[in-house]
Amino acid sequence: MADPFLIGEAMTGGYGPVDILHACTIAVDKGEIAVIVGPNGAGKSTAMKAVFGMLNLRGGRVLLEGEDITRLTPQARVAKGMAFVPQTSNIFTTMTVEENLEMGAFLRRDDIHETIGQIYDLFPILKQKRYQAAGELSGGQRQQVAVGRALMTQPKVLMLDEPTAGVSPIVMDELFDRIIEVARTGISILMVEQNARQALDIADKGYVLVQGTNRFTDTGKALLADPEVRRSFLGG
Amino acid sequence: MDFLNALVAFLNYVFIPGAAYGAQLALGALGATLIYSILRFSNFAQGDTMAFGTAIVILLTWWFQSLGINFGPLPTALLALPFAIVVTSLLVLGTDRVVYKFYRKQKAKPIILVIVSTGVMFVMNGVVRLIIGVKEQNFADGERFLLEPKAFKEWSGLAESLAIKTTTAVTLVAAVVCMVALFWFLQKTRTGKSMRAFSDNEDLALLSGINPDRVVQVTWIIAAALMVVAGTLYGLDKSYRPFTYFALLLPIFSAAIVGGLGSPIGAIVGGFVVAYSEVFVTYAWKKVLGYLLPDNLAPDGLVQLLSTDYKFAVSFSILIIVLLVKPTGLFKGN
Repeated sequence: MADPFLIGEAMTGGYGPVDILHACTIAVDKGEIAVIVGPNGAGKSTAMKAVFGMLNLRGGRVLLEGEDITRLTPQARVAKGMAFVPQTSNIFTTMTVEENLEMGAFLRRDDIHETIGQIYDLFPILKQKRYQAAGELSGGQRQQVAVGRALMTQPKVLMLDEPTAGVSPIVMDELFDRIIEVARTGISILMVEQNARQALDIADKGYVLVQGTNRFTDTGKALLADPEVRRSFLGG
Repeated sequence: MDFLNALVAFLNYVFIPGAAYGAQLALGALGATLIYSILRFSNFAQGDTMAFGTAIVILLTWWFQSLGINFGPLPTALLALPFAIVVTSLLVLGTDRVVYKFYRKQKAKPIILVIVSTGVMFVMNGVVRLIIGVKEQNFADGERFLLEPKAFKEWSGLAESLAIKTTTAVTLVAAVVCMVALFWFLQKTRTGKSMRAFSDNEDLALLSGINPDRVVQVTWIIAAALMVVAGTLYGLDKSYRPFTYFALLLPIFSAAIVGGLGSPIGAIVGGFVVAYSEVFVTYAWKKVLGYLLPDNLAPDGLVQLLSTDYKFAVSFSILIIVLLVKPTGLFKGN
């Protein structure tokens, strides 16, 4: 197999002196959806933040298109084509929807109207509410703003930390549909999800983490079919 | 006729001076609120930075006057303003580089930064006194009145006169220009929006590629400009003494907090609320009431609630009441 588009290889590290990740490996290929699942405290979000450079690694490395980016700051990784949607505080609540999108494109110096149009095509509700303060929107709409803001940089990789946390099942299904659409445009997606079953259903690749290490790694379908994964993590 | 006289007296002694003072406080409060929302601390050196900027304006004004340069009917100080803004910006940017940056890198708590700014305040306090001394300075020139009291009396035939000082008119016009420019900048420009984004959600602003150093620099420059303008207008309208400027800290912060710290609209409204409260409470209402009430009810005393010496008690009371009753201020600040 060729080198994956983005890989965090054998990552070891944590926020303080205690390691949370132990030689954990996460990778995603071009235009694919990779999902990280696992029980609470397994280090799912930490693994994603490690890939994005938000904590210091004591071991392992991160490669983007074969280039070693382990030492780059998160901001520098944004410039390299990575986009990150945090789980909370992921929008500018006092600014309008459109201003949120503009801020997402802050690094770009070219015309951003076309990209804003594409975001509105993807999330039509945002176009209706474009002049409304993002903080006044519903949970699902806020998540759309957050994903839209991240897409404004025209990233090659989109990283989502529990995009469906706190939204209703219907809204969750719709968000997943949109995420699949984004992946079809050639953007790789790396996502941490609590709703493991639904997330693995749309995943090309799934990572089951337990205590900061890889427990199972396979295609989403295979993990869903694996009786041990089902029994331990998906509730039968 | 008596009602008209009462109205004119009210306009002349309460409404117009209050509006000018309110505009000066509003500009100062805007500077304080900007620093608070971007740098996340209350800048106690605010009053002395205003004193510094105004001192530069005064020195330049004297120099211009000695060269024979003037601004016609308008105060020469307005010509000196842009240069003083540049000098003051350099001072605050230098202070930021030498002092605040160190604490920002350490992610110091806001309370530490407040104490640091108090230190900066004392240093600046001394610097200003070294430059221009402690005495009162007068630097207003040009036409004294836009509307002469005598002319008004002749025109209206009323017993009361109405005067509009040039400095009052300049204050109001300059304040409106500054406010409109500031709001346009914050709402419409890329840099202004990035400042609002940074104030709203610092982490996400960093993720979006917004350069924090640039945001901080632009904020200092804008705040310096607002402080110099506010200080100069106050000095023209009243008089300049470094100590008075230090004391302005209290009404300015009450104004910012009444409106809601971090909210520009709130800072403006707060400025007028504090100014009018001070004027209402310290004005001797005898004259106005004398015109309005029948003779037998006319007050004997001055009907002054507080002596003007106590005007800072008003700001202080407002501050305490707001913090007790509605700590987020009128416009939901922080």
